[in-house]
Amino acid sequence: MTEIFGIPTQALFGQLLIGLINGAFYALLSLGLAVIFGLLNIINFTHGAQYMLGAFCSWFLLERWGVGYWWSLLIAPLAVAATGVLIERTMLSRLYKLDHLYGLLLTFGIALMIQGVFTKYYGSAGQPYRLPEEFAGAFNLGFMLLPKYRAWVILASAIVCFGTWYVIERTELGSYLRAATENPALVQAFGVNVPRMVTLTYGFGVGLAAFAGVMAAPIYQVNPLMGTNLIIVVFAVVVIGGMGSILGAILTGFGLGIVEGLTKVFYPEASNTVIFVVMVIVLLIKPAGLFGRER
Amino acid sequence: MTEPLAAAVAAPRRQHWVMLAIGAMAALLAVAPFVGIYPVFLMKALCFALFACAFNLLIGFGGLLSFGHAMFLGTAGYVCAHAAKVWGWPPEAAILAGTGAAATLGLVTGLLAIRRQGIYFAMITLALAQMIYFFCLQAPFTHGEDGIQAVPRGKLFGLLDLSNTLTMYYVVLVVFIAAFALIYRVINSPFGQVLKAIRENEPRTISLGYDAERYKLLAFVLSATLAGLAGATKAIVFQLASLTDVHWTMSGEVVLMTLLGGMGTVFGPVVGAFIIIGLENYLAAFGEWVTVITGAIFVVCVLAFRRGIVGEIMAWWSRRNIVK
Repeated sequence: MTEIFGIPTQALFGQLLIGLINGAFYALLSLGLAVIFGLLNIINFTHGAQYMLGAFCSWFLLERWGVGYWWSLLIAPLAVAATGVLIERTMLSRLYKLDHLYGLLLTFGIALMIQGVFTKYYGSAGQPYRLPEEFAGAFNLGFMLLPKYRAWVILASAIVCFGTWYVIERTELGSYLRAATENPALVQAFGVNVPRMVTLTYGFGVGLAAFAGVMAAPIYQVNPLMGTNLIIVVFAVVVIGGMGSILGAILTGFGLGIVEGLTKVFYPEASNTVIFVVMVIVLLIKPAGLFGRER
Repeated sequence: MTEPLAAAVAAPRRQHWVMLAIGAMAALLAVAPFVGIYPVFLMKALCFALFACAFNLLIGFGGLLSFGHAMFLGTAGYVCAHAAKVWGWPPEAAILAGTGAAATLGLVTGLLAIRRQGIYFAMITLALAQMIYFFCLQAPFTHGEDGIQAVPRGKLFGLLDLSNTLTMYYVVLVVFIAAFALIYRVINSPFGQVLKAIRENEPRTISLGYDAERYKLLAFVLSATLAGLAGATKAIVFQLASLTDVHWTMSGEVVLMTLLGGMGTVFGPVVGAFIIIGLENYLAAFGEWVTVITGAIFVVCVLAFRRGIVGEIMAWWSRRNIVK
């Protein structure tokens, strides 16, 4: 068997793959956070709960109504985004003129409520989500086996991430969004309905979180607490990348997933904390984050 | 012209009132065990009140929202419990060791966290606290999920037997009142004024020649130290140091207590802590609903009640006086 640095290649690539998958989720979630933060100046603490809602929604669709994976990949993000729009309209929109910290506190409270209700009814044990049949099996790459579903997760999240980047950075709609990020009052004066744009942006960011949740459902078990620990790691990812850049959020997400995977191979004890350690180092060297701008 | 003058005259008078109120609070708490309130409940509430006051020092007067204050509470608890149980230190030394550990941790994390402001500050403290949580989960001396149990209370200064609940209660009360007075002294000192100036307008304070970073760091370390004092005392009282105290939910809880009582008010965190601890006692039977209710209080406070209970009362009071 071949070895690299005394580690069997099989284990190395296996962990790299897991790292890449975690990275895909970090990227999707930190992308959503960055999009929301860009326009609303709010850190959406509910993001983890909305990721969990996405997973639960697809689980419901399958178990209760027999709606399959592909449909839930579309329905669940839309449904959760709709609840996000409701939250934005009824609550968040009252806070824009206040200190941004209130947005953090409000979304934290909402996250606790959602998580509490689901823990009440489903306990903290996970509900398994049956893998769709077309994803059974794996590709044999010669040096390792690549389960089909995992390949799909990486591919799909990469497409969604770069699609989002393209829309924001390269289309007319995205240019409105970027302009509103810089100066909402001026954009509104040009006749763009900025409040509606803010609402839809929040909905979109939340939809991304729910999309990640649907993708995660067959891999991790669907459980009420799946989002909370993840969101804290994603916060660290966001601090490392800096929220100034969409591409930065995506690259940092994937990159840190790989770093985490490699740590599992070489020093497993630190795999939980390595991202936080990276955050500390980045704060010491470049406080604004790798892709951030000092403001 | 008259307004600043009136304020200048009123300020010492107000301080006078606050001193009286602190005295009244101390007296009330001193007799509380005799009117049928459980000392154990009071001790728990007092530990959390101190924790919330320490947190309030940072958010209410420095404008820094830490979402990771549990790391100081928990670390101090572990160090104190370890010192008392494994090394056999007397309680006063163990509490000091715990507090010192929290202060050191506060210095290290503070140096990192104050490099960013606002929302980033909150996220960084949360992430650092999560790192400490994982450390406590894996380190051998914390005993993982079990925590450090059966910590001996010992004899304070070799004289006071703390295994007596009432003695323990008065020791906790003295610790609390001393720390509370210290915080009150700090926020009314020139240091406290500079801190408030930084909260209101940091660039301007810097342009006036103040080293904002140093002030913020000092406030952070002070807040961490006092949070540590609360954690260490709590470990002696409950003879237990566990993962609950380092978990992020604990960081959220202290934010809630302060928000509910009134951020930036002197007595707000105490009121908030007593209400939340009381609520948790009553609602313990409802299990998971506690989380939902906690979340709902957060939402209501942020949307309708941002000044908190004490803040609203004070606003109402000053409105009334103006009308008069």
